[in-house]
Amino acid sequence: MPTPSRYWREIPQRYRLEAVKCKGCGYVCFPPRIICPRCGSREFEKTRLAGSGKLLTYTIIRVAPHRFEDQVPYAVGIAELDDGVRLTAQVVDCDFSELAVGMRVSIEFRRIYEEGEAGVIYYGYKFVPE
Amino acid sequence: MRDVAAIGVGMTKWGELWDKSLRTIFVETALLAIDDAGVDRIDSMVVGCMSSGLFVGQEHLGSMLADYLGRIPIPAARVESACSSGGLALRQGFIEVASGISDIVLVAGVEKMTDVTGCEATYALGTAADQEYEGYHGLTFPGLYAMMALAHMHAYGTTREQLARVAVKNHDNGSKNPLAQFPFKVTVDAVVNSALVADPLRILDCSPITDGAAAVVLCPADMAKKMKKPAVRITGSGQATDTIALSSRQDITWLESTHLAARKALAMAGRKIEDLHLFEVHDCFTIAEIMITEALGIAERGRGGRAVEEGLTSLKGKFPVNPSGGLKAKGHPVGATGVAQAVEVIKQLRGEAGERQVKGAKRGLTQNMGGTGGSSVVHVFEAE
Amino acid sequence: MAGIVGYGAYIPRNRIKVEEIAKVWGADAPGYKKGLMLEEKSVPSPDQDTISMSVEASKRALKRAGIDPREIGAVYVGSESHPYAVKPSGTVLAEAIDATPDVHTADFEFACKAGTEAMFVALSLVQAGAVKYGLAVGADTSQGAPGDALEYSAAAGAAAFIFGKDGLVAESIDTYSYTTDTPDFWRREYQYYPQHGGRFTGDPAYFKHITAAARGMMARVKMKPGDFDYVVFHQPNGKFPLRAGEILGFTKKQIEPGWLVPKLGNTYSGSSPLGLTATLDIAKPGDMILVVSYGSGAGSDAFVFKVTKRMDEVRDLAPKTRDLLDRRKNYLEYGVYAKYRRKIRKAE
Repeated sequence: MPTPSRYWREIPQRYRLEAVKCKGCGYVCFPPRIICPRCGSREFEKTRLAGSGKLLTYTIIRVAPHRFEDQVPYAVGIAELDDGVRLTAQVVDCDFSELAVGMRVSIEFRRIYEEGEAGVIYYGYKFVPE
Repeated sequence: MRDVAAIGVGMTKWGELWDKSLRTIFVETALLAIDDAGVDRIDSMVVGCMSSGLFVGQEHLGSMLADYLGRIPIPAARVESACSSGGLALRQGFIEVASGISDIVLVAGVEKMTDVTGCEATYALGTAADQEYEGYHGLTFPGLYAMMALAHMHAYGTTREQLARVAVKNHDNGSKNPLAQFPFKVTVDAVVNSALVADPLRILDCSPITDGAAAVVLCPADMAKKMKKPAVRITGSGQATDTIALSSRQDITWLESTHLAARKALAMAGRKIEDLHLFEVHDCFTIAEIMITEALGIAERGRGGRAVEEGLTSLKGKFPVNPSGGLKAKGHPVGATGVAQAVEVIKQLRGEAGERQVKGAKRGLTQNMGGTGGSSVVHVFEAE
Repeated sequence: MAGIVGYGAYIPRNRIKVEEIAKVWGADAPGYKKGLMLEEKSVPSPDQDTISMSVEASKRALKRAGIDPREIGAVYVGSESHPYAVKPSGTVLAEAIDATPDVHTADFEFACKAGTEAMFVALSLVQAGAVKYGLAVGADTSQGAPGDALEYSAAAGAAAFIFGKDGLVAESIDTYSYTTDTPDFWRREYQYYPQHGGRFTGDPAYFKHITAAARGMMARVKMKPGDFDYVVFHQPNGKFPLRAGEILGFTKKQIEPGWLVPKLGNTYSGSSPLGLTATLDIAKPGDMILVVSYGSGAGSDAFVFKVTKRMDEVRDLAPKTRDLLDRRKNYLEYGVYAKYRRKIRKAE
C-alpha cells in the first residue's frame, strides 16, 4: 500500500473525485493527466466525476493480497458513471445476490485500508447500491 | 535488417523448485540452450523477469546472471513488461541480431515465485495493474480477468463450461509435456467445481505460481546455415501497448494490444493467420485464451468460447492453441513464459515435440501478454 | 439571527439484535429488552468509522444547505471514537467536502455530548460573525465491552449540521450548558473499552444534568414544556429519555419523533443530534424544538430551535433519518459482529 506521501498526493481524487476535461475533445481523464490520451491536447479544465452510475461488470474476490485478506470475500466492479467516465472500486452494503450488470450504484466515502494498528488509515470511494 | 534464426533452446522442468534459487534455475536453463546451439561465443544477453525485486529482493539481474553464467563482460539487459517480459526479451534479442548490433544473443526468461507467501505473490503480480486506481481498491489479477469474463459472458453468451474447456484442453496437451508443472488431465466437472478465486473464475481457471526459466539462442540466419543447424527463423515480431487500467479500455471484452501486435508481426512475416499451424498463447486465465483467439483472428469476435467447444483449437484441430499445455498446465513463471512459448514453437517446427507434435508444423506464432492486455508481444516462426 | 442552514444523517446498514448478543453471554434477552427498551442496534462495517460517516452526513447537510463548501469557515467533529488519537478527524472531513484550506478545524471530545459540543462552538462562531458557515458533526462507532450491559446499546451513526445566518431551516433561539465533574463513565488511554459506575450513571449523572440543563434552558427562554412541539434528549437506552420527559413534564408524543434508540442503539455523540435530524425531518414551520444532550464526565448542552418555512423546501433533498433506520437492514450474527468490531484479534 502507498506511503503517506503517495496516498496524500491522490487525495483530491480519492476524496473529491477531481478529474480534468480535455479542452480539445472533451474527454474526461480520471485521474487527471498532462496529455490527453485521445487527442494529444495539453489543455484541460477542472471537473468532478458524477456521483452515480451503473455497473458494467463485477466480481467477488475470494483470494486477496495480504493487505486485504481480512475483507474476503469482497465485491469489486467497474461502473460507468452518469457522465460516461468509468471507475473501478469495491461494491459494498450489498448482498452478493443483488450484484448485476447494469445495477445502479452511487459513490460513498469509506475506509479502504489501514496499515496495522499503528499506521495511516487510507480513505477513498466505494460503490453502494443506489 | 538481417534474417534471424533460433539455433538453441533450453528449458528444465517447471514447478515449485524449493532447492533452486533464481540464479541456479537461470544458469541450468541457459546452459541447455547454449549447448543445444553448440556455440562458444555469446555476444549479448537479454533476460525477461517481471519482479525479482519483490519476489527475492534482487534487481540488477543483467549483471548478476551474466556473472553466474560465466560470461561477464558481455552486455546484458533485463527487460520488463509484466507477464510479457519474456516475449519482450525475445523481441529485444531479435532486434539486436536483425540490426546487426550483435550476432549471437542469448534470450532468456526467469521467475522465482515460491520464496514468498501466496498472498505476497498475489500482491507482486498485482503490480502489473494500476496501483493507485485498481490495486488500491483490493483488485487482484484473477479479479480483473473475472470482470473481463463476466463482461464477455454478458456480451456474447460465453459460458462457464466453455471457459472450463480451455483448461481441459490445455491439461490434455500438458499431460504430454514432461517439463510441465501439472502433467495431468482435468475434467470439466473438476474445473467448474474447484474453489472460487474471483467469481466466476475458479482455481482451475487460473495459471499457477511457478518457478522456472526458458532460454533461446539467436543468430543471423546465414550463420545458422553455415553451422548446419535445423533452420527455424523468426520472421515476424510485433509489440503493442494499451491502457494500464482495465476501466480505461475502449472495450473491456477485447484485447486490442494483441490484435495490433499480431497484425504487425504477421505483416512483417508476410503471412495471414490461416497460414500458421500452431499458436502458443497467454492463457493466464481461461477467459484470456478465449479472448486471445478472437484478437488473433482464429475465432470471430465473441465466438472464442464456441471455438474451443467445437475443438477448433485442440491439438488435432484446425488451429492448435497451446500444444505445450499453455500457462495453465505448463506453469507460469512470469518472466519465463514468453520465452518458453518460443521454445515450444521451435521444438514443434523441428519435429521434436514428441506426443504433442502438430503434424506437418512449418509455421507457428507466440503471443505473450502483460497485465490485463496492457502489453502484447507476438512473434512468427517458420521452418525452412 | 443564526441557526441551522442544512442538516444530514448517516446510519450504517448493519444491525444486531439484543437476543443475538444475549445468547452468547447467557443473558436474559427479554429482561434486557424490557429494561433498556432496546431491540437492536446499528453496527458499522469494517470500512466505516467516525470519519467516513461524518463525511456522508456532511454531504447530506450540504445538499440541504445549498451552499458552496468553500464558504464554510469552521469544521468540527465531536466523537469518542475518533479513528486517530492524534490526527484530527476534522481535516479528513474538511478535505473530503472541499472546505479546505481556508477553514478552522478541531476535534471535540466529551463522551456522548461531543457532537453538541461541536454544534455549540460552530453556532457561536457564526453568531459572533467570525465565520459565515460552521459545520458541526456528532459521530461515533463506540464499543461496549463483551458481555457488559453497554454492549447491547453501543451503536454507530452520524449527524451533521451547518450553521449560518441566512437560508435558515431552523433558527437558534438560545443555548445553555450545565457542567459538573462527575466520573460516571470514562475510558483511560490505551484501554480498548470504557468503564462505568453502574447505577451511579443514573440519577446523579444522566438525570441530574439533563433535568438541570432543560430547566436552565427553559428559564432562559421563559418557556414551559407545553410550549414546545418536540423535545430530544440524549438516548443511552429507551427508558432514560422517557423518564426524563416524565420528570420534566413532557409528553411521549413530544419525544417520539426523535426517539430512535429502540431500533438504533446509543450512537453516543450522534445520539441527540440524530434525534434532532429525525425531528427536523417531520417538523413543520413554526415548530419549537428543545434539544438536551448528555455527556458523561459530565454535562448537558441545551438548544432551542424554531423551524422556518425554508425547511419545507429542502427536507426532501437528502435521505430521512427514519428511512436510514428502517430500510435495507442487514442483520449480523454475533461472530461477524465481533469480527467487524475487532473483538476477535488475529495473530500478527
